[in-house]
Amino acid sequence: MRPDNEANLAEMIWDVQESVRIRGGGTRAVGFVAESDLLDLSGLSGITLYEPGALTMVAQAGTPLAEIEAALSAEGQRLAFEPMDHRGLLSTKGTPTIGGVVAANVSGPRRIQVGAARDFLLGVRFVDGQGTVIKNGGRVMKNVTGYDLVKLLAGSYGTLGAMSEVSFKVLPKVESTGVVLINGLSDRDAVRALSQALGSPYEVSGAAHAPKGIDGHPVTMIRLEGFENSVSYRLAEMQKLLGGFGETVVERDPERTTAGWKWVRDVEAFHNQEGDVWRISVKPSDAPELAARAEADGVLYDWGGGLVWVLLPKGTDLRARLGEFGGHATLVRADDKTKKQLGTFHPEPTPLAAISAGLRAKFDPNGIFNPGLMG
Amino acid sequence: MEMPTPDPAILAKKEIIVARLREVLPHDAVIDAPEETRAYECDALTAYKCPPLCVVLPASTEEVSAVLKVCQAEGVPVVPRGSGTSLAGGALPTADCVILGVARLNEVLDTDYENRTIRVQSGRTNLSVSGAVEEEGFFYAPDPSSQLACAIAGNIAMNSGGAHCLKYGVTTNNLLGVTLVLMDGTVVEIGGAHLDAGGLDLLGLICGSEGQLGVVTEATLRILRKPEGARPVLMGFDSNEVAGACVSDIIKAGVLPVAIEFMDRPCIRACEAFAGAGYPDVEALLIVEVEGSGAEIEHQLGLIMEIARRHNPVELRESKSAEESAKIWLGRKSAFGAMGQINDYMCLDGTIPVTSLPFVLRRIGELSKEYGLDVANVFHAGDGNMHPLILFDANKPGDLELCEEFGADILRLCVEAGGCLTGEHGVGVEKRDLMYDQFTAEDIEVQLRVKDVFDPEWLLNPAKVFPLKSTASRRAA
Repeated sequence: MRPDNEANLAEMIWDVQESVRIRGGGTRAVGFVAESDLLDLSGLSGITLYEPGALTMVAQAGTPLAEIEAALSAEGQRLAFEPMDHRGLLSTKGTPTIGGVVAANVSGPRRIQVGAARDFLLGVRFVDGQGTVIKNGGRVMKNVTGYDLVKLLAGSYGTLGAMSEVSFKVLPKVESTGVVLINGLSDRDAVRALSQALGSPYEVSGAAHAPKGIDGHPVTMIRLEGFENSVSYRLAEMQKLLGGFGETVVERDPERTTAGWKWVRDVEAFHNQEGDVWRISVKPSDAPELAARAEADGVLYDWGGGLVWVLLPKGTDLRARLGEFGGHATLVRADDKTKKQLGTFHPEPTPLAAISAGLRAKFDPNGIFNPGLMG
Repeated sequence: MEMPTPDPAILAKKEIIVARLREVLPHDAVIDAPEETRAYECDALTAYKCPPLCVVLPASTEEVSAVLKVCQAEGVPVVPRGSGTSLAGGALPTADCVILGVARLNEVLDTDYENRTIRVQSGRTNLSVSGAVEEEGFFYAPDPSSQLACAIAGNIAMNSGGAHCLKYGVTTNNLLGVTLVLMDGTVVEIGGAHLDAGGLDLLGLICGSEGQLGVVTEATLRILRKPEGARPVLMGFDSNEVAGACVSDIIKAGVLPVAIEFMDRPCIRACEAFAGAGYPDVEALLIVEVEGSGAEIEHQLGLIMEIARRHNPVELRESKSAEESAKIWLGRKSAFGAMGQINDYMCLDGTIPVTSLPFVLRRIGELSKEYGLDVANVFHAGDGNMHPLILFDANKPGDLELCEEFGADILRLCVEAGGCLTGEHGVGVEKRDLMYDQFTAEDIEVQLRVKDVFDPEWLLNPAKVFPLKSTASRRAA
C-alpha cells in the first residue's frame, strides 16, 4: 500500500484486514515487526508550509529529510536536534523521511543542548487504527491546548497511528564551530570533564567521549557553536576550565569538526563491525560503571555520558549484564531472532506497561499497526 | 460559566467522606469547616468561585495515594491544586469535590550538579527551585510571571512557559521525571535523571494534562548554569506592524535572544503611570534581551540594533548597566499590576505564528472598537504567545459577559491565524467551550480516550479542558 494523500491513507487503513508494517524511507529498521503488509508512506511527500521568520515548517510525513534540510539551508536554518542517519549503522538503503525521524524520536549530539526531536515537534496529523484522521498540536511554539499527543506520537514507532503530516520548529544555522579535544582520558575522568563543561556557562552543543577515537586512542570532544568571536572566547575559557584533566587541543577546521561530530552522531565506529548494537540512556555519572558492566567490544559516550552506545557479540543479553539501573537500554541492531528473544525496548514496570497497553488499545483497538514492535 | 451540577449523593455523605479522609491523614490536613474551605473557592480566575466539599493537604506521596484511594472508593471528584495561581480556572472547585492541595509537599529531595538535575516535591514554588541551586550558579529555566507563588505541580499540569522560553523552552522541555499517583492510588515513576523515554513518552503526555491524568508529587527537573550576564535593549516604534516585522527579522538573523517582549501603547502608558520606568510614549515597544559574556552581549546587541535601525525606531535604548537593565524590565514586569490598578481586566493567552503578528494586532484593534472595550497588549513576541488584556468593569452588569465574548473572538482569531487558544495558561474552565474552534470532534474524542486509560471513572478534575457536553456521558457513568 502506498497512499499519496491523507484521505487515501485513511481509506486504506479503514480497509486493513490483518496488520500493517509502516515504513517511511525504510532506513531505520529498529525493532521487529510481525509478518504484515507494507504501508509505505513515502508517497505523502512535500513541504506544506515554511515560514523562516516564524522558525516553523510543516511537511508531509514522507518528505525526504534531504529535501527539508535543503530548503532550510537555503534560508540559513537547520534542524537543530541533529537527527542521526541510521543507514551506515544498520546497513539500510533508502531515503530517510521526516516522519521516520519523528516516529523514532531521532536526535543527535546537540540533543544535550537544545532537546530531542520530540522537543522540536509542534504538531502532528495522523490516522488512528480505525481510519480516523486526527490532529494535535499546531504550528506555533507555545501551545498547551488539550493533551500533548504530539509528544506521545514522537517515539511511538508508528504503533499509535500512521502519521500524515508533521510541523516542527527550526533554528538558524550558526556562524562558527569549535571543538575542544582532550586525549587519553579514562571513561570516568572523561564523563567528569564533560559534566564540568556542561555545567559551565559556555553553552556546550556536543559532549562526547570515545574510548577508541578515530585514531584508536581515547578522545573527549566538546563542541561550541555560535558567532565567531563568541566561539573563540568560549573555546579559550573551556580550555582553562578543563586544563586540570590534561592537555587540551582546539579544532577549528569546519570539515574536520563536521566529520568528527557526524562520526559521533551516526556511531560510525560500529559501522561494518560484527555484533549487536545497543543504546543506553542513563544519568551521565552512572555511565562509566554501566559501560564496564556491559563488557562491550566497543563503547561510545554521547550527551555528556547520558547516551552510551555499546557493541556486543551477537545475541548478548545486555539488560541481564546491566541489572537494575535508572534508565533504559534499546536494542538497535541485531538479527530478528535476537530482537524477538530480547525485545527491542526496555521492559516497562508493570503499571507503566499497563498504561502503555491501555493507550495502544485506544489508538489502535485492533492492533493493526506494527504488531510486536513495542509491546 | 457552566459547571456540572454537584452530585447530591456526595453532598449528603460529606461527613462520611471527611471521616474517611481523617483516617488516612493527620487531623489538620483535612479542612472541612465552611469558613476555611472558602480560601480554596477559586484560583487566579477570580470571576468564578465555589467552595469545595473539603480540602486535603497531604505531605507525602503515600498520603496522596491514600487520599485518592478513599476518593475513588467514594466516587468523589478530586481537583488537584498547586498554589492556585491558574488564570484559566484549572483549580476551580465544584461543591462536591475534594481539593487536593500539594502545598505541604515542598521539600528539595536531591540536587545533583554533576548531572544538572534537581529532584523536588511538587508543591515547591517555581522560584524557590532556582533559589535552591542559585549559590552554585545554577537556575531552573521556565519562569512564569507568577513564579514567586506558583508551584511546580501547577507548572507541570499547565506546561507553563515564561518570558525566557524562546531560548530555554517550556516546562515539558525541562522536565525529566515525575512520581505520579493515579486516581486508584497506584504510584508510578515516569522518567528519571536520564533523557528520553524507553517506551511511549508518557512524561510528555502528563505534562500539560491539567491534573486530569494523575497527581504529580515529585519531579526531576533539569537545571542549567546561569549565563555570565544578560542585558536588554529597548526599542520603540510608531506602528505595531513595524515592531512585528522587526521581531521577525531578528529571529531570522540567527541571533537567539532569551526574550523578546512586546507592549502596545495602552500598556506602555499604564506601566509608565504605575512604575515610572521611563518608557517612551510610542505605539509599540520591544524589549529584547541577550545573554553571554560582556563581549558576546555587546556583539549580539550590536546586531539586533542594526536590524532595529533598518525599521526606523523612534527610540533605541541599550542598557549599559545592571541598573539600566532593571529599569527597562521594571515596566514590563509590573504590567499586570499596572493594569489591575486602573481596571478590571481579563488576561488572554492565545498563540499565533510570529509572522501573523501585525494582522492579528490590527484585527484586535478593530474588535476592540466593535465591543467598546479597551485592550492592552503585552506578550512574548519571540514565540507568538500573546497576552491581550481586555479591560472591563466588574461592577457593571453585563460587562464581564461582554468581555468574555470579546476574549473568545480574539482566541478564535488566533486559531484562524494558524495559532491556538492557549500558549501557557492552559484551558481550564476558561477556554473549555472554545475547544471545538480548534479541534474536530474526533480530535477531542481521542484525548478523552487518553483520560479513560488513566482515570476510567473520570474523577480527576473532570469538568475542565473539554466542553462539558463532550464529557457528560463519561462523567455520569
